[in-house]
Amino acid sequence: MSTTEVSPFSPPSGESQQPVVNDFSIQVATVNGSGSQTANNVLMRSIFQMGVPVSGKNMFPSNIQGLPTWFTIRASKHGYIGRKKEVDFLVAMNPETAREDVMSLDAGAAVVYDEPLKLNALRSDLHFYPVPFDKLVGPVCPEAKLRKLVRNMIYDGIVAWILSIELEEVHKALFRQFGKKKAKAAELNWGACQAGFDYASKTFVKTDPYRIERMNATGGKIIIEGNMAAALGCVFAGVTVVTWYPITPSSSLVEYLIGYLKRFRVDKETGKATYAVVQAEDELAAIGMVLGAAWAGARSVTSTAGPGISLMSEFVGLGYYAEIPAVIFDVQRVGPSTGLPTRTAQADILSTALLSHGDTKHPLLFPCSPEECFQMAIQAFDLAEQYQTPVFVMTDLDLGMNNWMADPFEYPTEPIRRGKVLTAEDLAKLGGFARYKDVDGDAVGYRTLPGTPHPNAAYFTRGSGHNEKAQYTEREDDYVNNMDRLARKFETIRAHVPRPEVDIRPSAQVGFVAFGTSHYGVEESRDQLRSEHALETSYLRLRAYPFTQELRDFIRRHERVYVIEQDRDAQLLQLIRMEFDPAEIAKLRSVRYYGGLPLDARTITDHVVLQEGL
Amino acid sequence: MSTTAAPPPKKVNRIGLEILSYKGSRTTLCAGCGHNAISERVVECFYDLGIQPWSVAKLSGIGCSSKTPAYFLGQSHGFNGVHGRMPALATGAMLANRTLLGIGVTGDGDTASIGLGQYMHLLRRNLPFIYIIENNGVYGLTKGQFSATADLGSVLKTGVINELPPFDCCALALQCGATFVARTFSGDKKQLTAILKAAIAHNGLSVIDVISPCTTFNDHEGSTKSYSYTKDHEEPLQELDFVPFYEDISAEVPEGEVMEVQMHDGSKLRIRNLHPDYDPTSKFAALQAIDEAGKSGEVLTGVYYVDTTRPTFMDMLNMTDAPLATLPVSQTRPPKSALDQVMEELR
Repeated sequence: MSTTEVSPFSPPSGESQQPVVNDFSIQVATVNGSGSQTANNVLMRSIFQMGVPVSGKNMFPSNIQGLPTWFTIRASKHGYIGRKKEVDFLVAMNPETAREDVMSLDAGAAVVYDEPLKLNALRSDLHFYPVPFDKLVGPVCPEAKLRKLVRNMIYDGIVAWILSIELEEVHKALFRQFGKKKAKAAELNWGACQAGFDYASKTFVKTDPYRIERMNATGGKIIIEGNMAAALGCVFAGVTVVTWYPITPSSSLVEYLIGYLKRFRVDKETGKATYAVVQAEDELAAIGMVLGAAWAGARSVTSTAGPGISLMSEFVGLGYYAEIPAVIFDVQRVGPSTGLPTRTAQADILSTALLSHGDTKHPLLFPCSPEECFQMAIQAFDLAEQYQTPVFVMTDLDLGMNNWMADPFEYPTEPIRRGKVLTAEDLAKLGGFARYKDVDGDAVGYRTLPGTPHPNAAYFTRGSGHNEKAQYTEREDDYVNNMDRLARKFETIRAHVPRPEVDIRPSAQVGFVAFGTSHYGVEESRDQLRSEHALETSYLRLRAYPFTQELRDFIRRHERVYVIEQDRDAQLLQLIRMEFDPAEIAKLRSVRYYGGLPLDARTITDHVVLQEGL
Repeated sequence: MSTTAAPPPKKVNRIGLEILSYKGSRTTLCAGCGHNAISERVVECFYDLGIQPWSVAKLSGIGCSSKTPAYFLGQSHGFNGVHGRMPALATGAMLANRTLLGIGVTGDGDTASIGLGQYMHLLRRNLPFIYIIENNGVYGLTKGQFSATADLGSVLKTGVINELPPFDCCALALQCGATFVARTFSGDKKQLTAILKAAIAHNGLSVIDVISPCTTFNDHEGSTKSYSYTKDHEEPLQELDFVPFYEDISAEVPEGEVMEVQMHDGSKLRIRNLHPDYDPTSKFAALQAIDEAGKSGEVLTGVYYVDTTRPTFMDMLNMTDAPLATLPVSQTRPPKSALDQVMEELR
């Protein structure tokens, strides 16, 4: 087996393989800040434009420039868009990680690499494609300081040739990515891309089995990040006050929101904004401003990640007791401080459900897709205002910051629901009101907004010690009555949160319960278990806390129920335990992943196979 | 049935409301607390100026001072928030409805310790809002610990001496961007009234640091925030006279050299200097005066600084004139064509 440098390619071990079409993953290993994101997005979109289902996951460090970063593109004719553990096609651009990247590949994988790295010397069971990037970039990019950025576009051309990605689609994706304003940069990059393609076609003989072939499975679909989808949801929910403190991976949600607000919410006649956005001094101020604004009647939102949620804890408790609407996005990430701020997790669930001191509990919504980020943003505002309480939308870094294939969003058909707010006219008829009185039997009182022109409109807002008329009290019975009504209000909320999505297989004794982005690994794992182990499973995807009757029915129906989640301590399972009977709890099993990468199917399958003794 | 004389006609203000419409519930603070005097001045000023109680939002943090919004303006919405974080609540409320007249009450613990960060950022933003600090140098509700405004060398009842330099809330206000900065004394009825009225008329952030003695924990010999110390050491910068926009101003002409500050609503603040050459439009002069007073142990009171030209936070945000809270859906939910356009761009 020849692995010498003079060889234009390294032949694979073993006999020639069957072609692998539209079912493999590409990993691009680069250095953070080298401009590879553009090249990677162009590559992903080119495959998407060829009608092949695709997903892109960026694994990046907490760093602006210099540390290693990996971008994984998965093409899947079956439509699986979860992370795939195994890398089939590697583009090794980062000298620091190249060796480890190559050593971790399965036999038969393909490697495009920067020729001086001499990676072909490492193994003999891979398909190697060495590319002299520095030699190629010179002629297409005379300006030396731009070469670092432009050289990445060369691998798009190389990969396009090797995988049979149509060059017209790469061209289309590239010019779309740069937009009309950066036409000059687009031309420069297109030159680099072409140079790569030409080099590959003249130099290489294709030995690997991987190919992209045109399909028709992405027609009408869009590619969007979850944070962008959530931002759009806020815009179409009619948000008026937005507060935030920058934090990865939540910042882009508000940055997209600012962009859309500027575009769609500036009055054309007056040139004035119908919204206010405040970059607060910290998350304590951000949630305080949201509560102040919502108290005074604005549709208010803030977005953060776990550390911000912790800082908001005190104010959220006040929001719960004073019964003030608030919408809070938690784009979850790993751990505190300088943990793994650029890696994904679902580990804020338990602490957020019960956030703050005293007896507090909060509705949580669990979007799993950009469509749901959009829809649930709107639902969150309605729930918050109808039930006068903070509502959390629990997304995560994987959903928020990665590109997802999605169906275009439907314009909301439901009216905006602003809850029980009395106007001056209402007060004129009623004479007065008691802020925390359960008039309608749903445990939700009527409120008035500051500025309501009526002498009986005012009430005094404070924490837990108040009676039905919002008057200060430390009486035991007043406190207990209020606490009991708040508990009843949570039951009203339970009846109105989004229901889970349930797929019952009549023969299945095993059920899966998961939420959010765990969905994609779960769906694929169910197929793996069926085809590899003849294990049929039912599946309930939770879309909200508090849990609804569907979950109880699901647990009762199955012998064993695996609660699958991305945290160490089985937080979702613990939350379920709090509400369920011992017989139901006894059926629960746990599958946890907490490595910071998006949950993949194989991890779930391996855990279940072990626990089921298959 | 006995015959009695008809009751005298009830006294009302210029919008036909009695003073009762401006009162709150009975105070639960200690007898003689300076804070009660401040609440009384608030009631009087809003009554005098004929402000609709429902157009006012009153907010506070936590502490003795923060209890007081319950004791004035009972027909105004009130919000007793969390410790040190009233500025955030106030900012949100004022953004939601910019037509509200916002008044906040905090204490020295609330402002200068736990809430120092929020206070400084509120100053930066020049939110149109009245920010009253009821400053007594101690924590009352937790029974008499020093706060961060306690003066160097001031002594607690327990004999503990303060060895840390104080934060001067007015100096901070000047440095951080407040546009109306005053210090006064809860026992100085005339000055407090004029300053409060000017703050009500001001379009921007007004900081009023009111030395308000704590009769229970900080009114003893050795305290520099006691009633007698403040009374003995008060040094007014000016004589102040507030002339509301609806009054005929030609009637009174004060004696001596008078500076007239035109307020946003057309009212006028007439300032007659007691300290020759003091210029209340100069931050530098104000900071120097505060520094000198601090060294000499004087309690320098009056309007330190006023700037009626700096843009407010609402101006900076280019906000529409109508309250955001009650904008119609037609203005808050963009049409279907907007969503379709975005979707098309993402295909």
